[in-house]
Amino acid sequence: MSGTSYLFDAILTPLLALSLAALGLNLLTGYAGQLSLGTAAFMAVGAFAAYNFNLRVEGLPFVISIGLAGLSAAVVGIFFGLPSLRLKGFYLAVSTLAAQFFVQWALTKFDWFSNHNPSGVIDAPPLVLFGITFGGAVGRYLFALTVVTAVTLLTLRLLNTQTGHNFIAVRDHELAARVIGVPVLRTKLLAFAISSFIVGVAGVLWAFAYLRTVEPHGFNLDRSFQILFIVIIGGLASIRGAFFGAALIVVFPLVLSRVGSFLLGSYFDSGVLDMSQRIVLGVLIIAFLILEPRGLASLFDRLVRFGKR
Amino acid sequence: MSTESLTAPVAAPQKPARPAVPHRKEPCAGHAALRLEDITLSFGGVVAVSNIDMSVEPGEIRAIIGPNGAGKSSLINVISGVYRPDRGRVWIGGRSYAQVPTQKLARLGVARTFQNLALFRGLSVFDNIVTARVFARRANFIEQMIGLGRARRERLDARERAERIMSFLDLTGIRHTVVGTLPYGLQKRVELARALVASPQILLLDEPMAGMTLPDKRDMSRFVRAARDEFGMTVILIEHDIGVVMGLSDRVTVLEHGRKIADGTPAEVKADQAVIDAYLGVVHEGDEEELAASSGSGRRVSSNGGLR
Repeated sequence: MSGTSYLFDAILTPLLALSLAALGLNLLTGYAGQLSLGTAAFMAVGAFAAYNFNLRVEGLPFVISIGLAGLSAAVVGIFFGLPSLRLKGFYLAVSTLAAQFFVQWALTKFDWFSNHNPSGVIDAPPLVLFGITFGGAVGRYLFALTVVTAVTLLTLRLLNTQTGHNFIAVRDHELAARVIGVPVLRTKLLAFAISSFIVGVAGVLWAFAYLRTVEPHGFNLDRSFQILFIVIIGGLASIRGAFFGAALIVVFPLVLSRVGSFLLGSYFDSGVLDMSQRIVLGVLIIAFLILEPRGLASLFDRLVRFGKR
Repeated sequence: MSTESLTAPVAAPQKPARPAVPHRKEPCAGHAALRLEDITLSFGGVVAVSNIDMSVEPGEIRAIIGPNGAGKSSLINVISGVYRPDRGRVWIGGRSYAQVPTQKLARLGVARTFQNLALFRGLSVFDNIVTARVFARRANFIEQMIGLGRARRERLDARERAERIMSFLDLTGIRHTVVGTLPYGLQKRVELARALVASPQILLLDEPMAGMTLPDKRDMSRFVRAARDEFGMTVILIEHDIGVVMGLSDRVTVLEHGRKIADGTPAEVKADQAVIDAYLGVVHEGDEEELAASSGSGRRVSSNGGLR
């Protein structure tokens, strides 16, 4: 594998997919204040929905498949968001775990979803957007970049509308929000819907542009936590934070592996790498929670201000 | 929600359909802006408010005073539908409710502030205020993102009203500041602005001046009176500072242990023996000097045959 295709295939494309997933979760958790641990489940719904729409509906343009995948994830998101009408904080987080386990179970149990493929792992079709086929490492990256840019711009737009302000109002003071007339229940479900839509699209990118296979096991609880960590490290309620956080999470293991094998040579095998990754990441999260609760985005702002002085 | 509020036409200030509730008394003849009828509220056996009747005329500034735990905030919470009273009804604009629908409060023409700051800390001053026009919005989120047609009209209307309220309350200079970073007195003022931008007929202020410095209190009194004078709002406020209360309000309702013990003009209330015994007599640590000063001056003024 050449250096360029490694850069795009192994770093930039997953970086975009994870950024988009983190952006979706950030909308729900950072802006609307509803904690979720089921992010990977909504990614899985998106990925499998896109696969099935693509497979079963003849001649459906892939861009429509992506939209339908997002909508499918939104419907599932609304369903698992229903507990948010009664539950808050940790209790809500635990109930979103149900989404994580249920979706993964359903996708493994009913092999209709993976077209009765015995391995449960299916090959993704080529990426075609508006008649252009995005092939090769760079092509898949550009495909992901196009989708992520479009969704990010739409999200920024949404946050500047009344609906975006409603999310923050519900997060910051639910009673005051209700008193001024914010439809609190509808706002929470809308946050789940839009967030899941974005996360579902991120799932499509993860499966189709990065892995090029669709399998349930990639969308496990570890993935959900990984995206939550991206949001925390990047900064809650920050769009830029989602990208900063994802960059750190994707690049950090690579840097660690290089530095580790440089310093320790053959002692630094994959087991040690895996372990040290977890340790350093854990320390990093604790450090961020204590020292910079508003994440890399806030750190970045301060650096910029410092630089200007 | 009460059955009457369901059957009555939406937002029409006319009398509710009689036959549905034949035994119900007519609302207060003088078209009170707000009327409480025999309100009783308890929390698991502890009575917070009992048998409160109260009627507030349009354009009146009404203070509710009383020692801590007298049930003042509970009463505001009943009026805004945060609590459902065990008994009694709340009349707003000719319709009565067993529990006021909080979600529709703004559409009923009622806005409120909270005892402890209840701002949206992550939003700027301007966004906090403009968000309170949410009750007047009809466009859905997709229309809002596209930003044309009615979404645009609603957005421009909300922004224009927010601008007007900000210049009314001298907030224009800090419009882009995130409210969480503002000093306390200014946050209180932003909360008032958020209530005023809804153009309510009834404004409920739960301790609008608690914890404020004297200049801030003076500003706030001025703003509350101006809100009444310029917009004709009916104001109901809870306040501990007796000096402020007596200067600002048209009428004062005094609560003690959840019961109403007096109701009248500031001068009448000050002269009321039950009030002197129950409230003015029991001096709070913080209010001591002000109380002594205000009740002293009150007696002096009334002996001269006038009110302030």
